[in-house]
Amino acid sequence: MNARRKMLSDSARVAVALAAAGWLPQAAFAQQAGAWNKAAFDAKTIADLMKAMGGATPAESKDVTLTAPDIAENGAVVPLGASTTLAGVKTLLILVEKNPNTLAASFEVTDAVEASVSTRVKMGQSSDVYAVALTADGKALFAKKEVKVTLGGCGG
Amino acid sequence: MADPMRIRAQAAGDKTTVRVLMSHEMETGQRKDASGKLVPAWFIQEVTAQLNGKTVMTAQWGPAVSKNPFLQFVVKGAKAGDKIAVTWVDNKGDKRTDEATVS
Repeated sequence: MNARRKMLSDSARVAVALAAAGWLPQAAFAQQAGAWNKAAFDAKTIADLMKAMGGATPAESKDVTLTAPDIAENGAVVPLGASTTLAGVKTLLILVEKNPNTLAASFEVTDAVEASVSTRVKMGQSSDVYAVALTADGKALFAKKEVKVTLGGCGG
Repeated sequence: MADPMRIRAQAAGDKTTVRVLMSHEMETGQRKDASGKLVPAWFIQEVTAQLNGKTVMTAQWGPAVSKNPFLQFVVKGAKAGDKIAVTWVDNKGDKRTDEATVS
């Protein structure tokens, strides 16, 4: 582990600790446009991420749909979609478990859009991919799928 | 200044599918150049979508989103002729807004 990586992970840990202690207005911070949620994007594991997002422990749900390929030939461009039929969803997250940083993208949806987004992400290696829906009443529901990557999208 | 986005918004019933193709390097900060130095991260952090000037969706992205990002979402209640505007801001503070008309 080089110094820079250590510094990064240390600062992420401090941020998470601060958030846990309630020193950062994390919930408001995550919702506010114009403030990029650094703690969440620095998180290395799903547990860290959920702490940073201020959400509960995620539970698997049939109401969340993840659209992902079984095999991605090129890890630099993996089409992923997250959608849900649940009411009262405010945030959709797309996570790639084995990427250097777990969180790939988060979408704050309003009533004027459907809770359904797709985008393309990079994947370093074969990994489980998660679609997580955070609801207004604080629940976190997810769907997951394993995506096999033939050619990694980081470095190379 | 970055190249324009390509935005297409197609209405079907009361739902409008918006597809956006942005032009951006999306450098992760993990890659090394030929001399072994890390290429600094450069990626879109925030994306905002507006329907007729009202924000309908915001997104925060990490460096894991692909180069030249693609984004698709569905807007409810938009009619033909309505304006969809998409804005992104990257981690260097660069920003760009482009607009499309619902068809």
